[in-house]
Amino acid sequence: MAMIISRAGAPARRASLSVSEPRLVRIALTTTALIFLLFFLGLPLFAVFFYALNKGVGVYLASIADRYTLSAIFKTLLTASIAVPLNVAFGIAAAWAIARFDFHGKNILTTMIDLPFAVSPVIAGMIFVLLFGSQGIFGAWLTSHDIKIIFATPGIILATTFVTFPIVARELIPAMQASGSEEEEAALSLGASGWQAFWRVTIPNVKWALLYGVIICNARAMGEFGAVSVVSGSIRGKTVTMPLWVEILYNEYNFAGAFAVASLLTLLALVTILAKRLIAAPAISNEISDERAESIEAKLGEAA
Amino acid sequence: MLLLKRKSILPGFGLSMGITTVYLSLIAVIPLSTIFLKTAQMSPAQFWQTVASARVLASFRLSFGASLVAAFVNSIFGLLVAWTMVRYPFPGRTIVDALIDLPFALPTAVAGITLTTLCATNGWIGRYAELAGIKISYTPLGITIALIFVGLPFIIRTVEPVLEEFDLELEEAAATLGAGRFQTFLRVILPNLFPAVLTGFALAFARAVGEYGSVVFIAGNMPMKTEIVPLLIMTRLEQFDYRGATAIALVMLLFSFALLLTINVIQRWTSRFYAQ
Repeated sequence: MAMIISRAGAPARRASLSVSEPRLVRIALTTTALIFLLFFLGLPLFAVFFYALNKGVGVYLASIADRYTLSAIFKTLLTASIAVPLNVAFGIAAAWAIARFDFHGKNILTTMIDLPFAVSPVIAGMIFVLLFGSQGIFGAWLTSHDIKIIFATPGIILATTFVTFPIVARELIPAMQASGSEEEEAALSLGASGWQAFWRVTIPNVKWALLYGVIICNARAMGEFGAVSVVSGSIRGKTVTMPLWVEILYNEYNFAGAFAVASLLTLLALVTILAKRLIAAPAISNEISDERAESIEAKLGEAA
Repeated sequence: MLLLKRKSILPGFGLSMGITTVYLSLIAVIPLSTIFLKTAQMSPAQFWQTVASARVLASFRLSFGASLVAAFVNSIFGLLVAWTMVRYPFPGRTIVDALIDLPFALPTAVAGITLTTLCATNGWIGRYAELAGIKISYTPLGITIALIFVGLPFIIRTVEPVLEEFDLELEEAAATLGAGRFQTFLRVILPNLFPAVLTGFALAFARAVGEYGSVVFIAGNMPMKTEIVPLLIMTRLEQFDYRGATAIALVMLLFSFALLLTINVIQRWTSRFYAQ
């Protein structure tokens, strides 16, 4: 969105020739950049839908209505519906603690929240195998109590939660810091309880960041592959999520089926990107209107 | 609350801090500590034997090598894309700019099968590469291409905001002093963009080293040749060689932490650099 702001100011820049390049250079650079993006983004994006519909709409719909595909979709929705709310609760708590209070060890805490970003997805899955696998630390106890975590749904949910837990917190912390605590303090001094201040002041102030965090977190949770593939065991119809089902179909040379399921995940990615743009808009609309006001003033000045 | 540096009139520190630390411990700290516990059960000789075996070393060389090349390619093209996005408005730019986030949002397995299909010998790209005598699928080149895709947004997204804020007076001054456009770019603009490029490079590199989903399909996974480190860990786990898997994971984890720390240092240095 910041793009739009800069474009508003662009014509003024271009007026001075000394800081621009010859037209030919500009065209050459733009073309090269676009060709790079076409090969690495445009072509793969087109290819997903092309290969998905290659064998006709009938095959496409049949692949999606397949029993195992539906079960994979259900498993993915189930995983996200548990992992995302957990991470939202954590994100709100962490952001409240970090953005509203000054305490010892804050930097360490902030760095710890980033940990999953530094860990390979495969390692993220492995740590839960080391804990709950048959040879893991709690393995013997779990076996004797007949509880299955690894190669079962709980493992998938745990690994997904681990991989996605920083996302909501990372969106909320800066938003809460930016909104400041004056309004909450005012609410409290006017007799609101802590929870009232939280629900009526804090949450409305950070609602866009929260929504954005939830959308990104959800997309990552539904699309996670590496961590889930370590803990899932890929038992068809039981522990297979959509990304894992894509892998199984692909490895069985059922390309139309693999790309049909992949196209659903791609649509999710596109919706996520679109939502990012739409949500970013209201969040900075004030900034834009300030910017517009300035440029209008500048133009009026020029005319005078 | 002993932890608090300053008293606050806002309530909820105990509650929010409690939830945060308990959650963080259960979901991240305790699980991650198993890696250290498991490796501690090995003797140093055993550890060394596992980590320094020819197959493991080959996969480390491949993972780091391909990730470095991919991050380097992304630095050059990322800089170019960011430059054209900010400086040369063209129709449809908003859409193109939004699509740059695709590698962040697209599940890695989808990227993996798509790139593999495109680069296979009968694929849209692989077919022409083969005519030119280049094989992409099941080679380190294919791995690098997948890693370029995965790391593509990082440098663009770190450079773009810096370029937007860039002070045009500096460029005008250079022009007034007789510098050509290319000279200005090389000696005025580029040095100012460098910290942002470096941050993006480190982020893309860190992401690429651990990447699994988008690489496994195109890699072919031949030991000593196209076996990346995350895949080697996966193989060890499938063979129930938990010790072997953990030892390799520990090396990778320590490397990632070092990189995370470096990125933090670069970012702190960068923010001071741009504050000047």
